[in-house]
Amino acid sequence: MSPASSDQTKGVKKLRSIQRAFATGIMRPLTPDQHMKPKWVDGTSTKKAVAKFVKPNDRLTSYERIEIYNRQYWYRLIDCFYEDFPGLRALIGEKRFYDLTVAYLTKYPSNSFTLRDLGNRLEKFLKQNPAWLVPHEALARDILKLEWAHIVAFDGEALPPLEIDSLLGGDPATLRLGFQPHITFLACSYPVDNFVLATRRREEPKGEASNAVTNRKKVKAAPKIARPKSEKIWLAVHRSDHSVFYKRLEPEAYLICTALQKGLSLQAACEKALRGKKNVDDFGSKLQAWFTQWAAFGWFCPAE
Amino acid sequence: MPANRFNNYTEYGIGIGLRVPHYQHILSRKPTVDWFEIISENFMVDGGRPLKVLDSILEQYRVVQHGVAMYLGSTDKLDREHMRKIKRLVKRTNTPWLSDHLCWGSVDGRYTHDLLPLPYTFAAAAHVAQRIREVRDYLEVPILVENVSSYAEFHASEMTEWEFLSEVVEKADAGILLDVNNIYVSSQNHNFNPYDYLNNIPHHRVGQFHIAGHSKFEKYILDTHDHPVLDPVWKMYAHAIKLTGPTATLLEWDDRIPSFDEVHREALKAGKFCEELVREPSIL
Repeated sequence: MSPASSDQTKGVKKLRSIQRAFATGIMRPLTPDQHMKPKWVDGTSTKKAVAKFVKPNDRLTSYERIEIYNRQYWYRLIDCFYEDFPGLRALIGEKRFYDLTVAYLTKYPSNSFTLRDLGNRLEKFLKQNPAWLVPHEALARDILKLEWAHIVAFDGEALPPLEIDSLLGGDPATLRLGFQPHITFLACSYPVDNFVLATRRREEPKGEASNAVTNRKKVKAAPKIARPKSEKIWLAVHRSDHSVFYKRLEPEAYLICTALQKGLSLQAACEKALRGKKNVDDFGSKLQAWFTQWAAFGWFCPAE
Repeated sequence: MPANRFNNYTEYGIGIGLRVPHYQHILSRKPTVDWFEIISENFMVDGGRPLKVLDSILEQYRVVQHGVAMYLGSTDKLDREHMRKIKRLVKRTNTPWLSDHLCWGSVDGRYTHDLLPLPYTFAAAAHVAQRIREVRDYLEVPILVENVSSYAEFHASEMTEWEFLSEVVEKADAGILLDVNNIYVSSQNHNFNPYDYLNNIPHHRVGQFHIAGHSKFEKYILDTHDHPVLDPVWKMYAHAIKLTGPTATLLEWDDRIPSFDEVHREALKAGKFCEELVREPSIL
């Protein structure tokens, strides 16, 4: 290695160490009164730690300068989370939702260039930390699944759809169908579709990435919407004509869709849906109506 | 002065940032606008309404891509998935040039979603320049790097911000997206003369300008993009275009966004400075 390239390697190593220290400073949760934590990660003084790499000026200490970024980090991410999960926020309440957001993002900081993916490990986090959802755990999990499905449906991939005609004449024992990547099928223990729709109506339109600093928004109180009572529902969260819809399905329709999604043939999927059913006389016409409608929505695409 | 190679020799005039609250107005009324700047990351999706809107805009308008997450100064490896998505979007928009920031924002795979300042060292400049070259070779469009506003300075810095910017673009043979408001914000936060900045960068590399509003606090200024452009920034802009010649200019308004007409009116003020230069080229 030439002396020049050795110096460059050392220089980039130093740059990385500064970036790690800076990121450590700004990604740590704020104190309850919205300041940077006074203790650094090793228990020493944060003021001393940041003064090692950030200069003060005539108006601000090194600590105060980094604190601007520390606040911006949290304001930006919390705003994004409020927009992505309005239903969960309405259910568990303002304070708990804020604390949950901070706890989640501390454990799982963003691992993607896009804020769209910020909540991609929230379900996993809540499985590991179910206490956040007590006493409405099942309802909260249903809401969370629906709100993540909404994000997927909003901008997920759409493949060229299969027309209904292309399904006709195929052998049901071997015919396999795929679904658009933006569709999610959900079996819920609560009618969360109405609940989430009600909360979304109360929210501002979704924000965008920009290169501006985020002002601390005055957070509106979580909308007070009655908690739904337990009732099984089955949903397809999909996109049609560029808008997201929550379509309720009959349980047999849900079983067929999820079986097809798993790669079962059309015949096997229908058999699964009908297993244990006594009265199946009108099933043929129902099936025809469902498939016609689903094809009209453009749900089908070739199986992988 | 003609457009330069960093903006693909295009004469683009005055643009506006494409923002959600204006979609309906733009698509239904089709106002006359020289061009729209899009935030690349808002359209780097697999499908849905964002792409539908973009395609409708592309039928009527010229679009330039501006990124907020390439993090040219990060020491992590370039995110190949991110690059592939940008390239796919470049093909869709046919952007004549592509800009992103002279900053970092991720380390060890953790993303801050912020535009963080770099220490102004020779090693950092060489590192960033190398990444810009990689990006340009992969994307096959001219790259402009934008100066960010900042609130912190590093002990490690070996030069001024404008020296650092110049060092990077010369080493990378890249263009500059000169954000005049960001220079003003940083000059107030770090006690330097913003005209020293404007006078001492390679003017022939400036392919685009940004102008925007900011917010003043007791001890510092924040780059909030939620106001009209303030007088000191207009004065700097007037000075800057005398140095560069009329150059594509974009008004950013990202928060508390007013009506489309109000944003457009504010943007067109920049056009008056450029028209003056065209009428009286002797002042160049």
